[in-house]
Order: sequence, then C-alpha cells, then structure tokens
Amino acid sequence: MVDFAGWELPQQYRSVKDEQEAVRTAAGVFDVSHMGRYEVRGAAAGDFLQGVVTNDLGRLPPNRAQYNLLCRPDGGIVDDLVVYRGDPAWFVVVNAANREKDMSWLREHAPAGVEVVDRSDELGLLAVQGPRAEEQLPVADTDLAGLRYFGIAEATLAGARTMISRTGYTGEDGFELFVPAASLAATWDALLRAGVQPCGLAARDVCRLEAGLRLYGSDMDETTNPYEAGLGWTVKLGKGDFVGREALLRIKEVGPSRELVGLGCADRGIPRHGAVVRLGGRDIGVVTSGTYSFWLRRGIAMAFVEAGAAPLGGQVEVATRSGEAAAEVVPLPFYRGSARRAAVTQG
Amino acid sequence: MAQRYYTETHEWVALDGSVATVGITDFAQAQLGDVVFLELPRVGKLLEAGDTFGVVESVKAASDLYSPVAGTVLEVNETLNANPEHVNEDPYGNGWLIRVELNGDLSQGLLDEAGYKAFSEGQSH
Repeated sequence: MVDFAGWELPQQYRSVKDEQEAVRTAAGVFDVSHMGRYEVRGAAAGDFLQGVVTNDLGRLPPNRAQYNLLCRPDGGIVDDLVVYRGDPAWFVVVNAANREKDMSWLREHAPAGVEVVDRSDELGLLAVQGPRAEEQLPVADTDLAGLRYFGIAEATLAGARTMISRTGYTGEDGFELFVPAASLAATWDALLRAGVQPCGLAARDVCRLEAGLRLYGSDMDETTNPYEAGLGWTVKLGKGDFVGREALLRIKEVGPSRELVGLGCADRGIPRHGAVVRLGGRDIGVVTSGTYSFWLRRGIAMAFVEAGAAPLGGQVEVATRSGEAAAEVVPLPFYRGSARRAAVTQG
Repeated sequence: MAQRYYTETHEWVALDGSVATVGITDFAQAQLGDVVFLELPRVGKLLEAGDTFGVVESVKAASDLYSPVAGTVLEVNETLNANPEHVNEDPYGNGWLIRVELNGDLSQGLLDEAGYKAFSEGQSH
C-alpha cells in the first residue's frame, strides 16, 4: 500500500463518505508522498525564497510554516506551496504535478551558493487530519498541544525522528509528517493501530473543496492571477521586490476581471469541473472544482465567473448531465472545521 | 440465483421467467466510487436493448445506464432514492436498479461471467 517507487495512490480505502466522516469527526491519514519536498540550502536560502514567493517570509519565525505562491513575471501562478522555515534548513512542499517544473523554476532563480535539493524520495509525507489528530497521533516525546497552527517540531514516531508540522489540506486541525522512507510503512501501521482511519484521494478532494482550498491545475494555473483566485491575501506587495510583483501591483490597481466564487446546488445537481455557469441564460463562467458533499448533503463547486456577475446570495444555473441545476452563490469556505479553532486558539 | 449476463457498458441482467432484473456490476460500482443519486425510468417505459434508461451520479462522475434488454419497465428500485449506497454495497442484490418485462429473447451480444471477467480485467489496466 505504501509504495514509494510509483504514485499509485488509492482513491478510496472504504467509502468516501465513511472516510470523510472520520476526518471531520475523528482523524484520518492520507499518504501524500506524491507531493514534492525540496530542501533549500545555503546562507542566503531565506533571502532567495523571499524573492520568488508572494507572501512575506520576513515575518516567519524559525519553526513555522507559511502558505505561499510562486508567480511568473506576468503574475500568473506557477504553483502554490508551503514554505517551512526549519532551524536552519528551509523546506518547500509543492504539488505533485509540478515537481519538475517548480524544481527548474527555483533552480533558474537561485543565486550562487543556494542549492535546491529534491528530498522527495527519501522522505515520505503523511497527513493526519481531524479534530482528534492530536490525541491519536502516537507521539510521546513532543508536546503536541503546545505546537501552534502552522508550527514545526521534531517527534519520534514508530521509532524514527520525524519532522512534523501542524498543517493540512482538509480544513481540520492536524499534522503533516515528514517520515524517513525506511520508516514510512511502520509509521502508517502505527497510525492505524492508534485508531486513525486510512483515507484516499477522493476524500481528500472533497474535504479540501468544502474547506475552500484551491487545487492547482483545477482552480488555478499559469493563466490565473492570485487576485482572481481569491488568494490576494498571500501577496505582500510591500515586502520588497519579488518575481511578479510589478505585474501584480498593476492587476491589483485595475481589479480582476473574474473571480472565484462558491456555489451550492439546491436540488439533485452535481456541478462538475468544466460545467458552464449561466445567469438568465447568459454564460458567465465555468466550474473549476465540483462534487457532491455527503457531509453538507449537497453538490458544491468553486467557479470562475465574471467579476461582479454573481454576488453572494444570488442564484445561477449550472449545466449538468441532466440539464440545468439551480445553484446559490455562497461564501467560501463551505465548511469550517477544527483547523479554524486551532488557528484561533494557537495561531 | 439465476445466471447473470453482462454488457460491455457494465450492466448486469438476471432472468426469472420473462422478468429481467438489471443493475450495474461490482467492477462498475468500484470504478464509480460512492453513488450519490440515480435517475431511473418510470414504470411502463418501453426500452430497446442498448437504450439509455437512466443516469448514475457518483462522487466522481455522471454515467449513463444502458439497458441490456428490450421490454417494459415493470418495477424501479425506489429504496435507492434514500439509500443509493446499496449500489456500492450490494450491486447484485439490494442495489438492483430496474425490473423489465422482456419483449422477446435475451440479446445474443451479452457476455457470460467468464467473458465479462476477462473484459473488465482488460479495462482496469
């Protein structure tokens, strides 16, 4: 099951509904070892990263992580990523589909003395997510309750020293574990023995969508800028120069021409990626991510629509297999899980 | 249990006299993932073999359902409105979709158990 050579990850172990319920009410574990993990080495590693990402790493103390974007000079999003400031090493975790692209991008921009090392094959990545993740994580030597949201610590798991961070992609409180490859299977087994439920990519996708978290390749790509994707909060124009800053400054001034909105279907419609969004018979946009949420008991979607065309509370129609389904424009996220509580009480 | 026959579109059919029970296969439900809704025909609808008789919507996709037989819809599995998960949990039992009063014989194009097994194994790789 934990195959390190390939990325044959399961969509589901049991039913998506059961797996998601475990994540929302207890704890589930996702094997996300397909994501790229790079270490950035060198005395100027922090300065280098500050010059390629949009968020302000200058505000990031050691042993904390931060959500970030890499942008092109024209403001298009190269990838979204999490930057981890270890002590002293810097790590970045990037999307699986962008592993090679991001590596080339980072190496192209890296000055002499800064080295980007691909550690994806020596470190597995497990995400333990849910309101009971802290209680169920089999760690004895680290004070998990004292670990802040987006904080980093070291812990012993299944006998191996492991970097852990209080991060995730489900909207729930939880931890991501950077497990040495040789200990990955033992760690997985230890988590299952501790009562954590194994979960597949299908449950991960519905959890992240409910939590309003964007998926690169669906909700954004190189033709998308952070402002229209609703990720303007990650762009700190005042922090000093970085790749894409000038273009982003202009885009912010003019205002985006489209926006990412949340849609909730009223009847039995399920909005799917690529479905046309209409208002009074006129095409105003397209669904970027959509599925049925067993947790919320309705079809939900994120969609790119013309800026201002679909205000909150408004009604639109989404093309589905069996005609048009009525949908309401609703705030993102669709659901706030325990991640918010973790952020509020500790962050 | 009556012998089941299969289509290359992953429906199954089992005969009891002139009444055919139709569902989707275990392979199909596994590929679709959790079933969310089904659109099924009205009782009395006339079907030709190969006709679309409904849609199954899962977390992953919406897929048309094709009738393996020609005949008149006699009964529709109404319990699936409240419990679509029966299609995943018991595709050959409680997860049946429709019963059809056959018009004529079973089509010659249907696969038997071994034929379908070979066909679906070829599709999963």
